[in-house]
Amino acid sequence: MKQLFKRIIELIIFLFFLSFVSFALMKLAPGDPTRYMLDVIDVQTTEEQIEELREELGFNDSIYVQYWNWLLRFVQLDLGESYMTKKPVFDELWSRFPSTLAITFASLVVMTLVAVPIGTISAIYKDRWIDHIGRVLSLIGAAVPSFWLGLLFIEFFSIKLDWLPSMGKGTFSHMMLPSITLGLAMSAVYIRLLRSSLLETLGQDFIRSARARGLSNSRIFIFHAFRYSLIPVITIFGVSLGSLLGGTVVIEVLFAYPGIGKFVVDAIGKRDYPIIQGYILFMGGFVIIINLLVDLSYRYLNPEIRLKEADRQ
Amino acid sequence: MIVVRPNNVTKNIKRPQFKLFGMIVLLGLIIILTLVAPLIAPYDPTEVQLTERLKPMSSENLLGTDHMGRDILSRILVGAQTTVGTSILVIVLALSIGLPVGLISGYIGGALDRFFMRIVDALLAFPDFIIAIVLSGLLGPGMFNLVLALVVVKWVSYARLVRSTVISENQKEYIAVAKINGLSSIKILSKHMIPHVVGNLVVYASLDLGKVILVIASLSYIGLGAQPPTPEWGAMLNEGRNFFHNAPQLMYIPGIAIMLVVLILNLLGDLLRDRLDVKNK
Repeated sequence: MKQLFKRIIELIIFLFFLSFVSFALMKLAPGDPTRYMLDVIDVQTTEEQIEELREELGFNDSIYVQYWNWLLRFVQLDLGESYMTKKPVFDELWSRFPSTLAITFASLVVMTLVAVPIGTISAIYKDRWIDHIGRVLSLIGAAVPSFWLGLLFIEFFSIKLDWLPSMGKGTFSHMMLPSITLGLAMSAVYIRLLRSSLLETLGQDFIRSARARGLSNSRIFIFHAFRYSLIPVITIFGVSLGSLLGGTVVIEVLFAYPGIGKFVVDAIGKRDYPIIQGYILFMGGFVIIINLLVDLSYRYLNPEIRLKEADRQ
Repeated sequence: MIVVRPNNVTKNIKRPQFKLFGMIVLLGLIIILTLVAPLIAPYDPTEVQLTERLKPMSSENLLGTDHMGRDILSRILVGAQTTVGTSILVIVLALSIGLPVGLISGYIGGALDRFFMRIVDALLAFPDFIIAIVLSGLLGPGMFNLVLALVVVKWVSYARLVRSTVISENQKEYIAVAKINGLSSIKILSKHMIPHVVGNLVVYASLDLGKVILVIASLSYIGLGAQPPTPEWGAMLNEGRNFFHNAPQLMYIPGIAIMLVVLILNLLGDLLRDRLDVKNK
């Protein structure tokens, strides 16, 4: 519990830091945001209008006052309004978040379905031909750019064979190509990781003692080795969640999938700064929460951590 | 841990070295090709010839032409300067910030170390791809800003790697002896620390270079990196996208180029790790 409390304090400090960085970035961004705001609505603007808007948005206050006001709004999840749509940034991001989450989750499912069997089989049949095939596949997989894989899939499965739609969202089949692309691209790392982790685990004392107690091989594998091997995999998963979310940006653009990533790339094109800023805060918050969950899952997977903590108390 | 080697010990040692040599030769070849690309490119990579659009592979245009009649082979060759060259630049810049920060932070320690590590931890906690997208988005799309964004993201892991090596070396006796003998800090760092750090850095950098290439190509594909008409492998895939059906070479060739270079770098990194006996974290 104490540990958890400490983590939450750290989390708040980090969010504060993030808010500061994101505010600073916004101020450092080149150009005058008021000009962009007025440019988006495509009307001829005069200097007075710009000055008026500056006053209205508080850009003429000192930087500290601006930050304080901004922070007060930030705490209430008020991240300003999008220049493009004139709607609150948080609502815009939040409404697209489920689509991105769906694709992230689907990619994880694909990744697990690919990486766990191949990684496990490679570990069991170490140095046999099936292990070599797994190794070659994961080497190639790690070198293929995900968007290119997606382009190949579109070419074959959407255009040549006409099996799956290549863009948009809505039905289950719309999710297939994006999540298979991202899932496959991600799985290469995990195949190798799971393999080496399993091999290391199988050499440990508690596995030997389980064998000595006469447990069956499959029982040892499933209940002891596999569970223990998941710890490094989950660590890397926590770390690479960011690259997974980053990966969704490229995949969403590629498949014209209306998630949060596609939205932010459009916002970048239109110089919609509040959206860009909101995006980094939003994603930052999300990644922090996931990392917290990853931490908690260690406790479940590795009894040692729980025992050590119990010792200390 | 003591590893008992099997009888075929010579075979085990020699083979990786042979592979390593091969990979270094391949990488050297890529670097030379990249450097002399403008000299050996058969055509001007940005010269538009609308009468020569979407030509298939032929003896005139070995890899065919794109939707603007530009020679694909020339674009791939010169594009290597953008894709691979820029990635190397990112790594070099990240190293030249990360190495001194890591050395100083690890060697001096104290408040300075805590200060640097706070920054490093904060940056590492955040997904680098997202920072790169947001930074290059805020600064405006373009290759220069992309390099800037990637250096901001990348230097921290080098600083951290160097720092941890320095701290573990600093506890060893030979460093204490050197200090007692009155060797200056600069000499200790340059004569004792840097040689230890280099192995780790080389392995890490060669694996990282592949990742940076993928990021630069991906970001250029979504329009945040190289801008047309600059030839860049990811941007080439983006520009050619509507013409894949008529000219499949537009789809295959840049992708294969990226894949091959990253594959070679990853293999090289793996082999170097085995050879230099760097622990895999």
